[in-house]
Amino acid sequence: MASSGGVARTLCRLYYRFSVCRQCQRQVPNLSKTNRFAVSTRLYSEQRSTHFGFETVSEDEKTEKVYKVFENVAQKYDVMNDAMSLGIHRLWKDALMHLMSPTPGTLLLDVAGGTGDISFRFLDYIRFRQDREARRDTLSRQSASWQEITEAYQPGQSDTQGGVQAVVCDINKEMLKVGRQRAADRGYGTGLSWVVGNAEELPFDNDKFDFYTIAFGIRNVTHIDQALQEAHRVLKPGGRFLCLEFSRVSNPLLSRVYDAYSFQLIPVLGEVIAGDWKSYQYLVESIRRFPDQEEFKAMIEDAGFFKVQFHNLTGGVVAIHSGFKL
Amino acid sequence: MGTLVRGALYVGSARKCRTLLFDRRRLFSADVIGPSPHSEHAGTAAAGHGDDELYCRLYRTHIPTSPVQKALLAAGSGVAALLDPYRHDMVAVLGETTGELALRRLRDRMRGDPEGYQILQERPRIRVSTLDLERLGAMPDGSFGREYLRFLDENGVTPDSRADVKFVDDEELAFVIQRYREVHDLMHTLLGMPTNMLGEVVVKWFEAVQTGLPMCILGAVLGPLRLSARRLQLLTATLIPWALRNGMNAHCLLNVYYEQRWEQSLESLREELGIEPPPQL
Repeated sequence: MASSGGVARTLCRLYYRFSVCRQCQRQVPNLSKTNRFAVSTRLYSEQRSTHFGFETVSEDEKTEKVYKVFENVAQKYDVMNDAMSLGIHRLWKDALMHLMSPTPGTLLLDVAGGTGDISFRFLDYIRFRQDREARRDTLSRQSASWQEITEAYQPGQSDTQGGVQAVVCDINKEMLKVGRQRAADRGYGTGLSWVVGNAEELPFDNDKFDFYTIAFGIRNVTHIDQALQEAHRVLKPGGRFLCLEFSRVSNPLLSRVYDAYSFQLIPVLGEVIAGDWKSYQYLVESIRRFPDQEEFKAMIEDAGFFKVQFHNLTGGVVAIHSGFKL
Repeated sequence: MGTLVRGALYVGSARKCRTLLFDRRRLFSADVIGPSPHSEHAGTAAAGHGDDELYCRLYRTHIPTSPVQKALLAAGSGVAALLDPYRHDMVAVLGETTGELALRRLRDRMRGDPEGYQILQERPRIRVSTLDLERLGAMPDGSFGREYLRFLDENGVTPDSRADVKFVDDEELAFVIQRYREVHDLMHTLLGMPTNMLGEVVVKWFEAVQTGLPMCILGAVLGPLRLSARRLQLLTATLIPWALRNGMNAHCLLNVYYEQRWEQSLESLREELGIEPPPQL
């Protein structure tokens, strides 16, 4: 091992597809996979390795690292969402709700729903539907049937589960804390239940829920197939699985713009707004690691769902996958 | 993880690209921004990123950034620091992203001075774990060490509150800016300035002249905007001329090996460095 004459100085320009050493103008290769693999097997001989963004880690480590990421970002999560997507994430979540079109009396399980965006929209939609029904009823009531008069004496729709319409489940307590605070601020007291749980092992019985949603959470799960199987288990027959997640952009021009925006701007925003570069670096890398629309559709079908479809939003930046348990 | 894992990879021709050595223990060890005399490209697989791309991390807290990202960071951190001056991490990021030229000049000045060169070689760090606060407290009044400890106690600051260097793409320059941050409190002691807004602005003027860092210049120019009229008048009439005079005449304060000077009396140190005692207010 030769030693250089003085302290070595290198300035590597990094464009996230290759790196070129300014001094030698050649591409710097990766450390060989055998080298890295040998290290990881020596230290984590039992665990299999998986990806954490562009890093390779053991599976246990991934769960821990993802937990830490969301613990750090929980307080600024919503501000950062607005800043990164320029507010468009609200439109995406609204689109998910419109696709779902829930009716009053249904029960939602929102997994990885930490700060509660989907559940709040669900409650709003149901409330809107109930109000609309009530208004229609009063307008059209000319000669009420016995059925309608009986129902009019009952106070409102009977909610399932003793008043709970949506269950928010998240593995991270900090995110749930933020979610509960937001719910209190917005007055969503009744109708919501907050549960700590792992998407790979949900603490619920079989055949319980009408809808299962997971918005921007499934790419953080270590074993996606297990999460899909759990989704299948807890849904009632006839229940619907919906997943809103970042996906692959097919248009090459948009893809390059999106990549440049993701890698150049988002970590900078994370540093300036939240003081945390690394968590947002993980975010953009994990998006690239997630399977594309067709592959994910196949995974959902493997878990036992029928009529699996996907809808691209914003040119493929996000996709809503939906499937039914029959 | 006590074992030293060495992976040596021969990169390119021997003339230009040397062997690549990554020291896993060092990547996890305490925060010495140490030189890596054997490497041109510090290996990163152990602690950091790198399945598809190689991130050249040159020191433990390094985050490599492209020029576009540096420009965005400079702009963003500038705005954030102006909106909320208590965000010290944003001030630090602004300093790192805008200070490359000034840091090179500073490093060359340090190299040219014997004491500065010794600092660059030995890389001392000023933090609670390396300072012996009891020994400093036991020193006689009027000595540099005692006065420094008094300054820390009176103002309720600790040397451990400095942000880590993240965005400087050269590990020697990263040390220079880290040293500048750690020496900041010592400058307060030497100039006799408290850590309120007025004192900070005065020290920023002094540092702007001494180091030439754009962040100091910006802080010096924009800092007075937040002062009351009376303090502003005091500032412009006496303190700024004094700070400028001292900045220009004094010895470069980064070239002083403070860790060897705790016993020296404050007066004699000021005289040696060419700093006038602070004006009586």
